Amino acid sequence: MSVLLIAIFFSLLISSRPALVANGFRFLTGSKWDPVTDTFQSLPFVIGTLLTSLVALVIATVLSLALAILMGEYFRTGPFASIMRTAVELLAGIPSVVYGFIGLFFFVPAVRLLQEAVGAPPYGVGILTSSLLLAFMILPYSASIGREMVTLVPSDLKEAALSLGATPSETVWKVTLPYARSGILGGVLLSLGRALGETMAVTMVIGNSNTLTFDILGPGNTMASLIANEFSEASGNVYLGSLIEIALLLFAISTVINIAGKIVVNRMAAV
Amino acid sequence: MEKNRASQDRLGSGVAARVRGDFAFRALVLALSLIATIPLILILVFIIVRGASSINWHFITELPKPIGEPGGGISNAIVGTLILVLIATVISVPLGIIAGIFLSERGKSRLGTVARISVETLMGVPSIVLGIVAYVWIVRPMGHFSALSGGISLAMIMLPVITLSTEETLLMIPVSLREAALALGVSYSRTIMRVILPAGMSGIVTGVLLAVARGAGETAPLLFTAFGNPFMTMNILKPMASLPHTIFYYATSPYPEWQTLAWGASFVLLAIVLTLNIVTKLVTSRWKVQF
Repeated sequence: MSVLLIAIFFSLLISSRPALVANGFRFLTGSKWDPVTDTFQSLPFVIGTLLTSLVALVIATVLSLALAILMGEYFRTGPFASIMRTAVELLAGIPSVVYGFIGLFFFVPAVRLLQEAVGAPPYGVGILTSSLLLAFMILPYSASIGREMVTLVPSDLKEAALSLGATPSETVWKVTLPYARSGILGGVLLSLGRALGETMAVTMVIGNSNTLTFDILGPGNTMASLIANEFSEASGNVYLGSLIEIALLLFAISTVINIAGKIVVNRMAAV
Repeated sequence: MEKNRASQDRLGSGVAARVRGDFAFRALVLALSLIATIPLILILVFIIVRGASSINWHFITELPKPIGEPGGGISNAIVGTLILVLIATVISVPLGIIAGIFLSERGKSRLGTVARISVETLMGVPSIVLGIVAYVWIVRPMGHFSALSGGISLAMIMLPVITLSTEETLLMIPVSLREAALALGVSYSRTIMRVILPAGMSGIVTGVLLAVARGAGETAPLLFTAFGNPFMTMNILKPMASLPHTIFYYATSPYPEWQTLAWGASFVLLAIVLTLNIVTKLVTSRWKVQF
């Protein structure tokens, strides 16, 4: 297993060598991606990836917190709880390409309306669209981790708060959430890892524009969707190598975030 | 007396506000949860309705037709997905189970710790990165896309799922079973093969099914490994169609006929994946490891 992992790392490293040499350090800091002139710089995609994931994360965190409280606190047992839990589990199983298709059909027109309302160019596709879609895709994961963390809160703590006269909501706010905070944070980090690497759905709705942008209403591109779009058409060692270099970068970023998330969740579970 | 009254009033209105706050908070939580789940459930229903209406016998048994001609099916993609998943399963199941046994037996050793960290890292590697690895390993040396490389990339995705679930299951098996076998003079390897593995079979099967469900739905690594193929092929050294790739290809096309095909293909894929998930749930609940 570890041999496999090391093999993966080194084969990525070796195959991106032509690009590593040709692009140099500017690969990380520059914002120009132009295959015609063999200029390959990754900043627009790193920013695009982080932007889509973070916006998605904000949406998903709010919604999954609500779901976690609902499933872990208000409806722990009973038919409603099991329906909710099954629904969330099934949603986690839907393949990402199907989510992308759904995004094309439902989210793109919805965002187009929004763009028209605020006076932005009505592309429909773009960073906001992919963030919305991603938020719904990672929701099942963060919600189920959140639910587990909420149920891990010892009931004597909650009972103590209730017996002092706190309302159930105050108990949730002031006892349950602070106690489960780090675990929920870990769940969020783990979902961030998923959002970063998510390819298909994002590729289908992001609009694929290779320029550096912070405008969430406009089109953008992420590292994964760039690879998906250009890899099979890439010609030349440096072009191909640069895409593999992007993959290497994505591998590194998502690994760091995953390990951080694991450490936080494990620490919470051990307490 | 007056003062007391006033403070009581204040207390009373404070409690009323807090009770209102409690109610508002519950309503907010419920509303947000509904926002989160209702659209997704509606969408699921939509796919089922839309997909089921475009499905018929021809759809499952015929090859895709050129654009402009009505009809056409996705038989090549269905067969392709089955073959790809089969290749991936053949590779990942033995490796994954062996690694899982190792982790549960020797997980505390230094090598075990390194291995566990590796498996967990592998679990978090984006699937498109694994696709590139399969490309570098297989497609580039061979010079063309092939189903074999697609299967290998799917195997790398499935491997950690199988390993971790095998390990978790085997760790739940009580020490007394193992001690009983060893006390009867059974050798270590036979104890594992004949006692530990059969006892944990349901958990292992669950892990394999989950991994298959995950592998079947993956698209990203297939873009540049199995690639896709409009014809029926059984040759694993040739490019091969798959359901997710077909959906991607048809869904992003501008032709309404092809988009209808994509709905149908989504329905078939969803049916396969969700059935696997539900079977998994049944296996875990009916056939649980219990001691």
